[in-house]
Amino acid sequence: MSGKKEGKKYSDRVNRTTFTEEMKKDYTILVPDMLPIHFELIIKAYEHFGYKMELLTNRSRTVVDEGLKNTHNDTCYPALLVIGQYMEALKSGRYDVDKVALLISQTGGGCRASNYIYLIRKAISTQFPQVPVLSLNFSGLEPNPAFPMTVPIIMRLIYCVMYGDMLMLLYNQCKPYEVKKGSTDRMLKRWQNRLGKLMGTKADYMSTKSIYKAMLKDFSSIERTKEKKPRVGIVGEIYVKYSPLANNDLNEFLMSEGCEPYVPGLLDFVLYCASDLINDARLYDKQTPRTAAYKVAYEVLYKFQQEQIKVINEHGEFFAPHDFEHLRRCADKYMNQGVKMGEGWLITAEMAALAETGTENIICTQPFGCLPNHIVAKGMSRVIKAAYPNANIVAIDYDPGATKVNQENRIKLMLANAKR
Amino acid sequence: MEEILKLGIDVGSTTVKTVIIDDEKIVYTKYERHFSKVRETVAEQLRAINKLYKGRKFKTAITGSAGLGIAQASGIEFVQEVFSAFVAVNKTYPDTDVVVELGGEDAKIIFLTGGVEQRMNGSCAGGTGAFIDQMAQLLGVSADELDRLSLESTRLYPIASRCGVFAKSDIQPLLNQGAKKEDIAASIFQAVVDQTVSGLAQGRKIEGNVLFLGGPLYFLKGLRKAFVNTLHLSGDAARFPELAPCFMAYGCALQAGDISEPMTIDETLDKIINAKTSDNIVVGKPLFESREEYDEFVWRHNRSDLKYADIKEYEGDAYLGIDAGSTTTKLVLVTDDGKLLYQHYCSSKGQPLDIIASQLEEIYKIANKNLKIRASAVTGYGEDLIKSGLGVDYGIVETVAHYKAAAFFCPDVDFIIDIGGQDIKCFKIKNNAIDSIMLNEACSSGCGSFIQTFAQAMGYDIADFANLGLFAKAPVELGSRCTVFMNSSVKQAQKDGASVEDISAGLSSSIIKNAVYKVIRAKSIDELGENIVVQGGTFLNDAVLRSFEKELGRNVTRPAIAGLMGAFGCALFAKEKYVANRQASTLLTLSQLKEFAYNSFSAQCKGCTAHCNLTIIKYNDGRRFVSGNRCERGAGIKLENKTENMFEYKFEKLYSFAEKKPKGKPRARVGIPMGLSYYDMLPYFHTLFTELGFEVVLSDETTRDTYYKGQQTIPSDTVCYPAKLMHGHIANLLEKGVDFIFYPCMSYNADEGQSDNHYNCPVVAYYPELLKANIPELNDKNFITPYLDINFKKNTAKNMARALKDYHVTEKQVLDVLNKAYTEQLRFKKQNEQKALEIISKARSYGQKIIVLAGRPYHIDHEINHGIHKLITSLGFAVVTEDSVAALVDCPPLDVLNQWTYHARLYRAAEYVCRNDDMQLVQLVSFGCGIDAVTTDEVRAILEEKGKLYTQLKIDEITNLGAAKIRLRSLAAALEEKENSKREAI
Repeated sequence: MSGKKEGKKYSDRVNRTTFTEEMKKDYTILVPDMLPIHFELIIKAYEHFGYKMELLTNRSRTVVDEGLKNTHNDTCYPALLVIGQYMEALKSGRYDVDKVALLISQTGGGCRASNYIYLIRKAISTQFPQVPVLSLNFSGLEPNPAFPMTVPIIMRLIYCVMYGDMLMLLYNQCKPYEVKKGSTDRMLKRWQNRLGKLMGTKADYMSTKSIYKAMLKDFSSIERTKEKKPRVGIVGEIYVKYSPLANNDLNEFLMSEGCEPYVPGLLDFVLYCASDLINDARLYDKQTPRTAAYKVAYEVLYKFQQEQIKVINEHGEFFAPHDFEHLRRCADKYMNQGVKMGEGWLITAEMAALAETGTENIICTQPFGCLPNHIVAKGMSRVIKAAYPNANIVAIDYDPGATKVNQENRIKLMLANAKR
Repeated sequence: MEEILKLGIDVGSTTVKTVIIDDEKIVYTKYERHFSKVRETVAEQLRAINKLYKGRKFKTAITGSAGLGIAQASGIEFVQEVFSAFVAVNKTYPDTDVVVELGGEDAKIIFLTGGVEQRMNGSCAGGTGAFIDQMAQLLGVSADELDRLSLESTRLYPIASRCGVFAKSDIQPLLNQGAKKEDIAASIFQAVVDQTVSGLAQGRKIEGNVLFLGGPLYFLKGLRKAFVNTLHLSGDAARFPELAPCFMAYGCALQAGDISEPMTIDETLDKIINAKTSDNIVVGKPLFESREEYDEFVWRHNRSDLKYADIKEYEGDAYLGIDAGSTTTKLVLVTDDGKLLYQHYCSSKGQPLDIIASQLEEIYKIANKNLKIRASAVTGYGEDLIKSGLGVDYGIVETVAHYKAAAFFCPDVDFIIDIGGQDIKCFKIKNNAIDSIMLNEACSSGCGSFIQTFAQAMGYDIADFANLGLFAKAPVELGSRCTVFMNSSVKQAQKDGASVEDISAGLSSSIIKNAVYKVIRAKSIDELGENIVVQGGTFLNDAVLRSFEKELGRNVTRPAIAGLMGAFGCALFAKEKYVANRQASTLLTLSQLKEFAYNSFSAQCKGCTAHCNLTIIKYNDGRRFVSGNRCERGAGIKLENKTENMFEYKFEKLYSFAEKKPKGKPRARVGIPMGLSYYDMLPYFHTLFTELGFEVVLSDETTRDTYYKGQQTIPSDTVCYPAKLMHGHIANLLEKGVDFIFYPCMSYNADEGQSDNHYNCPVVAYYPELLKANIPELNDKNFITPYLDINFKKNTAKNMARALKDYHVTEKQVLDVLNKAYTEQLRFKKQNEQKALEIISKARSYGQKIIVLAGRPYHIDHEINHGIHKLITSLGFAVVTEDSVAALVDCPPLDVLNQWTYHARLYRAAEYVCRNDDMQLVQLVSFGCGIDAVTTDEVRAILEEKGKLYTQLKIDEITNLGAAKIRLRSLAAALEEKENSKREAI
């Protein structure tokens, strides 16, 4: 970070309560409802380090109303929902507000998302000044000794991402075809439990190969029909893409419409973030102390992804994620990898990769008015369609005023084309 | 055996259409409005069919935006409506290239050749048929009359086409200024066309054989004409089929033949009638639990009634107050102790001048001959016009008028909220002065006129409709965004089977939520204070009032003349003035009124490049009134002691770079699109290229036409206006025949050392990528877009050389001249800072106050700021920019991540303003700028902590400055009041 200035950094207008070692004992850390499968695993992993976390699943209209009331009108929908969920939870009486903390992820990129933590602090400042807000990030923002990013924690977080991706992938590819209703959900629950326990082990959780194989075996044992349903790719802004709260349960809706949803994994996003400094170094000869570390991290993570793909392909029954290096090459056809704000070039690359591998039906989800998505999503659909004339892409905006009927109508239009 | 018939039912947002096909032939069609009674209308149509085709079997399917729910609930096959159109077109007009369909609330385009693509309007791109209905109502005519009027037009006004609310705020001032209805009608149709072309086509050209479908395009000739002219379609390329209104139903019937099982109408009816609706509706609490609760409510509010006096008998002084509002005109006459002598409240119907003149005449006629109107005052959109036309003594800003009136009923008032036809105004009162003002933005308008439109759409009178909601058992939750969004929320509620009562109550509550969440944005109710006065016509509606009390959890004061408060405040103001200076009134007398006449015509101001559209009203006594002008020049007034305007200074300095040419024969001609970051970085790149021996060609100054020129290639209709304009600048440069256009992508801006990071916003950073992907004429050779981080000199030289290798530029050559570029950029910056200081000291010598008009560098573009800087100057302020004063202070402590270079300047500018008593900050925000969602709250917090007023102006393609003017005048009035109370305190 450049431009350190003199004097104090934060004003007295907004209260900041720091999370202390002391609080670790009896505080509950609330986690927003973004990636239910992954976050459940992460919560279990943190349990191992003595943190008590809880995934918020409140989805009532009050969540949206609280979000509206406590954020700026033009704040993007993810921030509004996260803040709405927090405010609703704090006001609900379900928690002892003197014993809760809030958690939010931060990337430090050029989009608004890095400001969420500040917006949360502003939102709770008047009524709940005592509640600390924690930042989960890999960029060294907001360092806090009581909530450190140690190697053992980082390792587990990464494995949670990979296992979460695997579960999501298998779930989406089994559920639409299950013969016995609910069998896939039961399998998912079983694996969430098993992985949760594994996260408590010293090193057992690292045996990815055997764990993947066991997962594949279990999920493929679910009795499934042989019919062929259209596969629909979901790409877009990371929160709206994954969060059922934000996208009105898009996954579920697609399944009920007789489709198989395909949602690219979270590891892609992690790799995308890791490649940021590498790209900066390439483009601007810009070397920071973190550049070398990012390079190593990228190599390691990429190896992990290749392993996952290899195991899935060897098993042969399921559609594997896209190789990240391949995604980067896909991006190069349409835009420079220097487009690095928000989900940046990754959205374009994922759309292209999906279209290329026959998943021509693509829903691009975005919060209304999402700045990077003007460029990378709506802005690129023309060239992608030119390259893949059969690509059937629909961009859906999500915001507190957009109605489900409108969104579903647009998706149905896309599906009408898909089934033609 | 009889053939099985095919039946298509199209349930749209406003109409139900049915088509029957018998052996390839259409044998029956029906088109009918459903007034939101969707299921009943469908059932009725089915019964009618049953009579004609007794016992026959049908393959039936449903299509249409409101049909989905019925289809899902009843189990009848559903066909997506665009798909229906697609099927029908393939059958009837297979050589069609593009289909344009406008429905009640949807707009759709289907591209058939060159890659099939189907588009629907996004959730923001407001209605079409409903939009036209709404606009017709605003003009006080029917849609058919609107159509007839449009054919007589002689000129077009620019009207924002993105959504109904925007358009309304463009049209209203035109009406108030006396523009001809014929011209406005044609402009409305043109706006619909522009919306379709830019919002829907999004980068694809509408050409070839175009088929026009849907009710509005079938019934409205003026709209057809506008489409044909705008798209340059020759005679037979534009097709308007006879079947247009029922086209989707036809496609649906065709499709039914393939997908549906044969059934009798009785069976279908049975399914529809017995279908269970899903329980998706979120339901709120009833407004009143019991009749007693309601009676108590009525009794409580009746106490805030006003005393009346009989105008025929009253003898003595009287004061006239007029509120020429956006949709309604209000007028009161009061005695010197505030008794009401006369009141009038009516829809403006486009001619406030006529209405008020005739009302005044009426007053003169019936008033006691010993009644003397001592003084008069006017407020509202039509203020200037009325003041000049009828000789009204004073014009005051609305906020002041409302405060005066509220204080009459509740002297200790802490908070006033006024919901009118178009505006929501809220202000906090501190120390007997307006402390902060919150106004709705053009986008979240959905106020009083919204509920009225809805009532009419559902076939009710407004008063009846609102009262229906009072005792609704389960009001629906409809969300709280703008009109357009609420439309589709209502659609959904209807689909789910909500009753009209529940919808009425839900609408009242959503208006309130809109106000509370969007405009007031109070964290807790206590912030509003003890004494709250509500006013504005919308609050006369008991359901709205009750919703507000419920939302707040406390009782409020609603004067019985809630709708007349602006006018009442004016009358009180007039009285104050008269009591203080005893001046004779200039109000037209009865005999003068009898001779009063005027005619209006339009013209374009030649005063400067802004070319304001002027409306000139000539009164028969020879006086002229000019409106539509942004600065004093249009009205032919000369201001004294006018300081230089920083906006103009910067703009001229930037464009003066155009004259600098390289020595000798240029290597090539490089085009620079004048927008976004170039308003900041031009000196750098211009110098760099000129020094390298290139001739730099700037795109022409932005005008409205710049936007039109590029609008066909804009892929995202919600991106900010400054970005949209870039498409036109590129087109302009291509026309100029430059060798290449240079437009770098820059994740990082210059590090000014005062922020945590120094990014550009995503749009500024990467817009070149979008342009390249969406403007077909651009390629790697004629559009050079290297990634640069100019904080790294050596790397910049390397990347520039690589980008310009076709022109044999080497890294060394770049390095040799690069320092000159940095120096020039710095010189430009210093020069601006110097100028700002000059302006400030000059202003101080004149005793003028200074406004830091803070936005982004590109806000100095005339087409982006619409001349707001001139408006501010004409109010007597000096204007400087945020970047010219930012360097004078260090960044204050912040509660946001300060990571964008341009935005970091805002915080410093705010800090600088806080340190100077005679300065205020006005923030310009482009609609759609997501980052300003972060900055505006922070800038406000910085200013308010130090007791400064915060004023935000949202700008878009709308050229009407009415709302901006109210805000700025309120600011001026509030400053004056503050000063007065300070003086009194001493």
